[in-house]
Amino acid sequence: MKNLLYRHETYVFLAIIIFVTVVSVINPAFFTLENFFDLLKSASLMGTFAIGMLFVLISGGIDISFTAIATVSGYTIAVLLLRIGESLNIFLVFLIASLIGIALGMINALIIHNFKIPSIITTIATQNIFYGILTVITTGTWLYGFPQWFGDFATIRLFTFYTKGGAPYGLSIVTLIWIVLILISWFILRYTVLGRGIYAMGGNTLSAQRAGFNLFGLTMFVYSWMGLMAGIGSVIQALLVQTVAPNSLVGKEMDVIAAVVLGGASMAGGSGSVLGMILGVTLISILGNGMTIMRVPAVWYNVVIGLVIIVSVGASAYRRKIFTRRKVITETPPSGGQSAA
Amino acid sequence: MLRKTSYLGILLIALVVVTVLMTLFNGIGFLSLRNLRSMSFQLPELGILTLAMMIAMLTSGINLSIIATSNLSGIMMALILTRLVPAESPLAGSIWITILAILAGLAIGAIVGMLNGFLVAVVDISPILATLGTMIMISGISVVITEGYVISGFPQAILTIGNKSFLGIPNPMIIFLICAGVMAVILNRTPLGTRIYMIGSNPTATFYSGVNNRKVLFRTYIISGIYSGVAAIIMISRFNSAKADYGESYLLQTVLAAVLGGISASGGFGKVSGLIISLIIMQMISSGLNLLGVSNFLTIALWGIILILVMVLKYLLEKGVSKRRVA
Repeated sequence: MKNLLYRHETYVFLAIIIFVTVVSVINPAFFTLENFFDLLKSASLMGTFAIGMLFVLISGGIDISFTAIATVSGYTIAVLLLRIGESLNIFLVFLIASLIGIALGMINALIIHNFKIPSIITTIATQNIFYGILTVITTGTWLYGFPQWFGDFATIRLFTFYTKGGAPYGLSIVTLIWIVLILISWFILRYTVLGRGIYAMGGNTLSAQRAGFNLFGLTMFVYSWMGLMAGIGSVIQALLVQTVAPNSLVGKEMDVIAAVVLGGASMAGGSGSVLGMILGVTLISILGNGMTIMRVPAVWYNVVIGLVIIVSVGASAYRRKIFTRRKVITETPPSGGQSAA
Repeated sequence: MLRKTSYLGILLIALVVVTVLMTLFNGIGFLSLRNLRSMSFQLPELGILTLAMMIAMLTSGINLSIIATSNLSGIMMALILTRLVPAESPLAGSIWITILAILAGLAIGAIVGMLNGFLVAVVDISPILATLGTMIMISGISVVITEGYVISGFPQAILTIGNKSFLGIPNPMIIFLICAGVMAVILNRTPLGTRIYMIGSNPTATFYSGVNNRKVLFRTYIISGIYSGVAAIIMISRFNSAKADYGESYLLQTVLAAVLGGISASGGFGKVSGLIISLIIMQMISSGLNLLGVSNFLTIALWGIILILVMVLKYLLEKGVSKRRVA
């Protein structure tokens, strides 16, 4: 029980509960199954990106280029859908997008590992390269008018309910994809050597290497995984809006990083959890959705999000500071005072 | 010592190569006075913002909120200029209002800097997160104030700052050179500068050698904020307007320019001189390609490629040096 108080996730969860209660009291339309499914559907895109970002942050790196990767893979599948759309199916679309994402992620990993260039600089550079070249080739044209089956797939629901007006709603296929990805990530991080390796590398690179982890392999996996999520995310985006625009994602990378960090992942690496990531994404989505439902003018959105990030990250940093200080004094010698929590 | 000199060397060689290439492609007109002047009208905005980024990076931090700060202080200046100055007022009457507006804009920069400094130095949030939070919040406040609209129509005095020249040198360039000079003096000639480099290299050792890290970090972010405010003056004067989301693409470019200029991303190393050379290289590429009618986006891609190439060269060079030392 005492342990629970030291966990960042607990506080994010409390914040969500309080906010949900307040919004529900003001407008009961918020606390309905329909709105809940709607929320999950719109959170799926950011959530998928956030899965990739979580792995990168845990490994002690950062990836700014994933929006550009998603744009490249999204644009490629959009062109394919328009040219040979009738001979494709949804699995091929996901496969192609994933392969492109993985390939571009590998480029990041190769540069970061071989030349020891900090990940933030590498990925800023590759974001410019991927996005710049794509925009030159495509001249920024929007693509739409995809085959019928691609539009139909997006409307698949797992459970179907009907509103009083007769409109159907339910758990969207898009949300289902997100949930499956979450389960896979949770399994990797929790129960595999690979997952342990990623935490170890983020906690202390040198120790991880001494302990026998293959740093090159881990780096390759982490950035390819981010690329994979960017690829899958690009298909989700195309499914949700049925349009692909080269400029719709680039520039939004900070939102995803903010969501993951809100969930307790640290910039220094070595910490972060799937549960925290889900809570972070949920909190950001609920804030947006709830403010709309409470009829708060949209212009206030960023002010609130910014405040929430500052307060949440600030509180956890301050708690850690106090906690570490106490620990240093009472338990460990100063040199070992680095808290992994 | 060898390392730093040789990196400046690489940069200078890169500068010469870029200049020669661009002159070859564009003809000798590329080096004409007119083109050089137009380049020096464009460079200062990014230049001053990069200085704001640089000082934070030297302490091994980063300041993601510079563009948002710049926009908020630009909006503050714009509000004073448009709401306090009647449309028909002559230039003489508006000088004091202009000065008031500029001071208010700089004050906004300093206040945001204090907020960042408080979050980083006192609350102990990692700089990237603290400034990410303030970036989102500050840009939100700008949107709330302007409701997303453009504020435009400024008196002549403020337009002179961004669009006229003094003795043939564009005013923005003069402001940039003053800013760069002041930054160089702060970093190399004051105790604060020495401590900034020390904190960037090893904060713990700096703390135990009796330096008040908090105070140094606090001042670092205030300076960074004020520089964002200076950039705002040039920005609103060149656009003749202020808006909540101007110059958002500058953010990553400032990191790019700083790193290309030899500012270490992990702090502690980097000089204003390297930064200036890297800014000139980037400006040459963008102007040169622009004259050739090449898409802006290809320029962006090229910057990325150059950044990676330079970092790779730097890595190989360092590796070579350390190998020789071991042998």
